Amino acid sequence: MQLSREALIRAYRQMKTIRLFEERLHDEIALGEIAGFTHLYAGQEACAVGVCEHLGPTDYIISTHRGHGHCIAKGCDVMAMMKEIYGSRDGLCKGKGGSMHIADMNVGMLGANGIVGAGAPIAVGAGITAKSNGTVSIAFSGDGACNQGTTFEAMNMAVVLKLPVIFVFENNHYSEHTGEAYAVGAESMTARSAAFGMKAIKANGIDFFSVYEAMRELIDYCKAGNGPASIELDCERFYGHFEGDPQRYRGPGELDRIREERDCLKTFRTKVTEAKLLEGAELDRVDAEVTDLIDRAVAEAKQADRPTPQDVLQDVYISY
Amino acid sequence: MAIKMIRDVIRDTIDAEMARDDSLIMLGEDIVGGNGAPGGPEAIGGIWGTSGGLWAKYGADRVIDTPISESAIIGAAAGAALTGKRAIAEIMFADFIGVCMDQIWNQVAKFRYMFGGKTTCPLVIRMPYGAGFNAAPQHSQVIHQFVTAMPGLKVVMPSTPADAKGLLTQAIRDDDPVIFLEHKALYGVKGEVPDGDYVIPFGHARQVTQGDDITILATGMMVGFAEKAAAQLAQDGIGCDILDLRTTSPLDEEAILDSVERTGRLLIVDEAPPRCSFATDLSALVAQKAFASLKAPIDMVTAPHSPVPFARELESAYLPSPDKIVASAVKLMSYRRG
Ligand SMILES: Cc1ncc(C[n+]2csc(CCOP(=O)(O)OP(=O)(O)O)c2C)c(N)n1
Ligand SMILES: [Mg+2]
Repeated sequence: MQLSREALIRAYRQMKTIRLFEERLHDEIALGEIAGFTHLYAGQEACAVGVCEHLGPTDYIISTHRGHGHCIAKGCDVMAMMKEIYGSRDGLCKGKGGSMHIADMNVGMLGANGIVGAGAPIAVGAGITAKSNGTVSIAFSGDGACNQGTTFEAMNMAVVLKLPVIFVFENNHYSEHTGEAYAVGAESMTARSAAFGMKAIKANGIDFFSVYEAMRELIDYCKAGNGPASIELDCERFYGHFEGDPQRYRGPGELDRIREERDCLKTFRTKVTEAKLLEGAELDRVDAEVTDLIDRAVAEAKQADRPTPQDVLQDVYISY
Repeated sequence: MAIKMIRDVIRDTIDAEMARDDSLIMLGEDIVGGNGAPGGPEAIGGIWGTSGGLWAKYGADRVIDTPISESAIIGAAAGAALTGKRAIAEIMFADFIGVCMDQIWNQVAKFRYMFGGKTTCPLVIRMPYGAGFNAAPQHSQVIHQFVTAMPGLKVVMPSTPADAKGLLTQAIRDDDPVIFLEHKALYGVKGEVPDGDYVIPFGHARQVTQGDDITILATGMMVGFAEKAAAQLAQDGIGCDILDLRTTSPLDEEAILDSVERTGRLLIVDEAPPRCSFATDLSALVAQKAFASLKAPIDMVTAPHSPVPFARELESAYLPSPDKIVASAVKLMSYRRG
């Protein structure tokens, strides 16, 4: 663990921001405040943050339907994200996209995506740009998206073109209501990635440090011109597939158990306090600041300007 | 007669056809649910509630949960249909047709023609579609406009529980490939459904209301919007002849032309954007074949030329509505030739 205190606090703050953002959305959605389909990222924070803490604005990421965590980790403005999810015209995407389509090119975030498997090919294209910039391009995908033909094509093309693309597979063990054990035919996603001819490793997705160290290695590897790589992160999703999912596919006591034993925020806190890298009180202070940020974000989002019918035809084209 | 919701009608119709025909199989994502998960199979029975209990009854060889692989779902259903099975493939949201367009457009739609009429492909592709849920640009679209434009595909859009039964039964028994479009907002609509075997042949519009002033053509969710508008217009003495076209391919040209010849006015309501659409197709048909009967220009109430936006206010501005239909009808009635 060579991270500075500042870096550790920053990583914790990012993870906590994602967690509270999602927990708050869970409550607000239950109140009927938010329209559309929302897929919460809570439980997987160490994955997004462990990856994105290595990245700058000219490194690219592309996300999935479960995108809030990736957006926050890559530096999207939390206030503007919340407004987007509430459908305000001051939202990050002017209320046109909502939860499933949050994007911000200024921070290298190429969008959440409603089409499972659509991200990986786009990440290959961003990899062409990244190669010329000396940066990297990251495709986040799930254990469900890994079975889509588009993902296979993207992986092969990245190998053929030797691009600095990292395929990050967040294995939360479910694609909607179906288990990974049923839907992934190969021995593992990692074995499959290796068969494409790329470096393929696994890391522990509930341990920020495991993800962070593994990603450092892969980013160095890709930037050295070795072509793409893949990483499979073993993790948990703490809520349903979407808000409103009865989750009948879970085992008895499963949710309580994973929240108790496989919580990446608890894991982080235990590790850094036991190693005396940070004090519990410092982390508590972050918790309070983040709570305040999320309260403000929700309060502002509820008051924010609403779009008008004239906005429907804005931004279909640049000019027409 | 039983009173049922459309989602249950779809499920029960598939059930009845699976019982009737051992060669019928079904494929899709989460149509069983819970496979490979601690909760075990049939933990959901389809995210739309349209396949509950079918896996338990017919087994995993006939009710097939697939990985997230739309191209392979359609390809596999087509391959099975070419080789002696009948197949139903579910694409969870019609928007995902983008992922499997080659299998639908270049393969399924063309087999029979390019193989010189020597094969059949008895395949139903079920696709929940449509806006109204603030599900944003990639989960809210209609697709009938472009599948209707593809020779070789039949396209069905039921709007009532009874029609869902009769048309789905026909679709499953049809030897041609059928795109069966289920509006997501109509799944909960209840209505009377005939008992026993009930088949509605394709290419026959349903007369929804009768009137002498304006012909209104609609499909899917737009039918209910047109009915609401017609009820309001009736109070002002404007009579609407609403036709629910039910199948966009084949199309009941005769019913359309008969109606327009009687009313002399045509209003088309379509959930698709206005360019190169089903509405423009209908408009061209009437302009070509019933021009002399028209007392006013044909009018269309459609979505605008934009993707489906997310925010509540934007989506309701985007969609056609009963109010927009009333406004169009009033405009048609007050039209006077220059
Ligand atoms: C092309 C396509 N097919 C199906 C869906 C419906 N869908 C949305 S998320 C999802 C499961 C994705 O699973 P995974 O990739 O493991 O991501 P997770 O939900 O676990 O984050 C499915 C089937 C979709 N949005 N797009
Ligand atoms: Mg998953």
